[in-house]
Amino acid sequence: MMLSKGLKRKREEEQEKETLAVDTWWLDPSLPAVAQAPPPATSSSLFDLSVLKLHHSLRQSEPDLRHLVLVVNTLRRVQASMAPEPTLPPMPSPSAAPCVADSLLASSDAALSASMASLLEDLSHIEGLSQAPQPLVDEGLPGRPAGGSPPSLGALDLLGPATGCLLDDELEGLFEDIDTSMYDSELWAPASEALKPGPEDGPGKEEALELDEAELDYLLDVLVGTQALERPPGPGR
Amino acid sequence: MVLQPSERYHRDWSHRRLGPWCSPTGSPAPLSCETGCGEGSWILVCRLLVPTQVSLLSMEEDIDTRKINNSFLRDHSYATEADIISTVEFNHTGELLATGDKGGRVVIFQREQESKNQVHRRGEYNVYSTFQSHEPEFDYLKSLEIEEKINKIRWLPQQNAAYFLLSTNDKTVKLWKVSERDKRPEGYNLKDEEGRLRDPATITTLRVPVLRPMDLMVEATPRRVFANAHTYHINSISVNSDYETYMSADDLRINLWNFEITNQSFNIVDIKPANMEELTEVITAAEFHPHHCNSFVYSSSKGTIRLCDMRASALCDRHSKFFEEPEDPSNRSFFSEIISSISDVKFSHSGRYIMTRDYLTVKVWDLNMENRPIETYQVHDYLRSKLCSLYENDCIFDKFECVWNGSDSVIMTGSYNNFFRMFDRNTKRDVTLEASRENSKPRAILKPRKVCVGGKRRKDEISVDSLDFSKKILHTAWHPSENIIAVAATNNLYIFQDKVN
Repeated sequence: MMLSKGLKRKREEEQEKETLAVDTWWLDPSLPAVAQAPPPATSSSLFDLSVLKLHHSLRQSEPDLRHLVLVVNTLRRVQASMAPEPTLPPMPSPSAAPCVADSLLASSDAALSASMASLLEDLSHIEGLSQAPQPLVDEGLPGRPAGGSPPSLGALDLLGPATGCLLDDELEGLFEDIDTSMYDSELWAPASEALKPGPEDGPGKEEALELDEAELDYLLDVLVGTQALERPPGPGR
Repeated sequence: MVLQPSERYHRDWSHRRLGPWCSPTGSPAPLSCETGCGEGSWILVCRLLVPTQVSLLSMEEDIDTRKINNSFLRDHSYATEADIISTVEFNHTGELLATGDKGGRVVIFQREQESKNQVHRRGEYNVYSTFQSHEPEFDYLKSLEIEEKINKIRWLPQQNAAYFLLSTNDKTVKLWKVSERDKRPEGYNLKDEEGRLRDPATITTLRVPVLRPMDLMVEATPRRVFANAHTYHINSISVNSDYETYMSADDLRINLWNFEITNQSFNIVDIKPANMEELTEVITAAEFHPHHCNSFVYSSSKGTIRLCDMRASALCDRHSKFFEEPEDPSNRSFFSEIISSISDVKFSHSGRYIMTRDYLTVKVWDLNMENRPIETYQVHDYLRSKLCSLYENDCIFDKFECVWNGSDSVIMTGSYNNFFRMFDRNTKRDVTLEASRENSKPRAILKPRKVCVGGKRRKDEISVDSLDFSKKILHTAWHPSENIIAVAATNNLYIFQDKVN
């Protein structure tokens, strides 16, 4: 995997002084104007680089959307070019090359697409978690917008925090834990019922209450991002 | 005024030349006449450092005696990352120049007044006001830190004695009022001169407070805060020509505000797809037409520009015009889209043209022709063969701005190695200049620079491989009517002026 220079965090302004080597272009192999198709090794290193950038970008607490979109689009282009093409001129390199491409595609394509798709999808799902208004962080002016046109402003879509530290499969697990079913009566009712005086409700109710409180604590902790992600205590999900 | 971070401030006049190059009325002569922009006729007026420690500030006797608001200055005695300038903007008369930095601070410079005694001082800019516009915030709900970096500053046209500007970080736009106070009331009845309450029993006479002159004080107060309307990062703000509204644009949405109303805004553009996984394009910049208050443009990461008319519908989902240049097949690469991403869009002062900046070029478009630009200028085409490395170190994502001069005849944009480029649209000549301390010798005119792309390197040329990619000129500004430019290089602000022989 080509990683000749360390990738830097978005916020670091100091770039090390670099001398750039002259690179070859990566040209679309289907173009008749192209003199020669890119060697698969180069495409795959660009692929790896892009995947690395993508993961790095997603690790940020709030990814730069433009950067993310451009990297994803580039990755898609590279992926598309790495797919076996019947119009590709015969490559002098050994059969290892297509195998490399195939294995890369097999191993990363599905997982990548799935994680990318689910990630971008989940970014808009997090909206459902935050019903509370945003904290007032300015000089006390109420800043709740109520735009005169469509609901797009009324329901603020949120770029969730949890996505910043997740990759691939863990993402699914997180959002499996935090789904709307946790807010239904099953969670809340035992707590409220336990508050009523009920002599016949013995240890059973208290036990249920305990579990629910633990779940609630876990949920709140995750929402404020103070807790590392782990399986919550409770019935398996 | 040249300010060193680690030593006493001093004023370095040694590179001043007499007589700024400008006709007496202040209207700019075309750059192409006489000296022309290709003949190194720019001189350094002053290099300003955003002050980092008030104790280092030594007020020269004839420099301004205004009080600098020192409660926001930093403790360090050296320039920090927080001092990196992130936006530069002249006001509509050119009298004031505002800078915003990564630390959320705004520093306003004022042009030295012309005086008979010191005619060579005209064109100098001195610190006028400093204030903390935005503070770092923490969004507890999303566990996100909100950067205090000032992304953009836009001035409002002056309508009374006070100055107004909009400044924005990623999430919140603020309207600031900057006003001068040179008188204060004295002789209160209930308070003494220090402001302490007097015991009413001791008051035996009444007097009328009078206004007495005092040392000039410039104060900045936040008048409006426009918050909680952007989920994504704000990249642009633009004041409308009606002076009543302005817009703020983030990656996916554009909102229209009224200056008087802070708790609601209208969403006028929304390109967020129903499924985020279908997201392939973001908004990169937006600006109102300079004269038609119903028109605005916004650019995208795919190299397109859309002109919208707010009279057509409340939500401007359908553009009136769509500007896109077809891709050049011979230049296609995996990075084609990234380098086509538009980082800045600016209307000409006339309102007839728009200028866009993408990674390698600056383009001028006629509003009446959508299928291609009328002019394309290569900023640093020698980077085209290095795109992969630039992608690797993320330089390919740098967002350069571009500016028009007052007469729309010259355009300017930045590059790497502290280079910036000017293109004369009439003569088609261009020049590369450098904003750096080492190369600003006293009494010398800025020497045009040249990048050697291959083959034999001449003595004064610099080879592509020696370029310093950490020194990038992203933000520049041009005085609205004179040939005075401001160039931001990290934490330095350079002010250059065209000279006349």
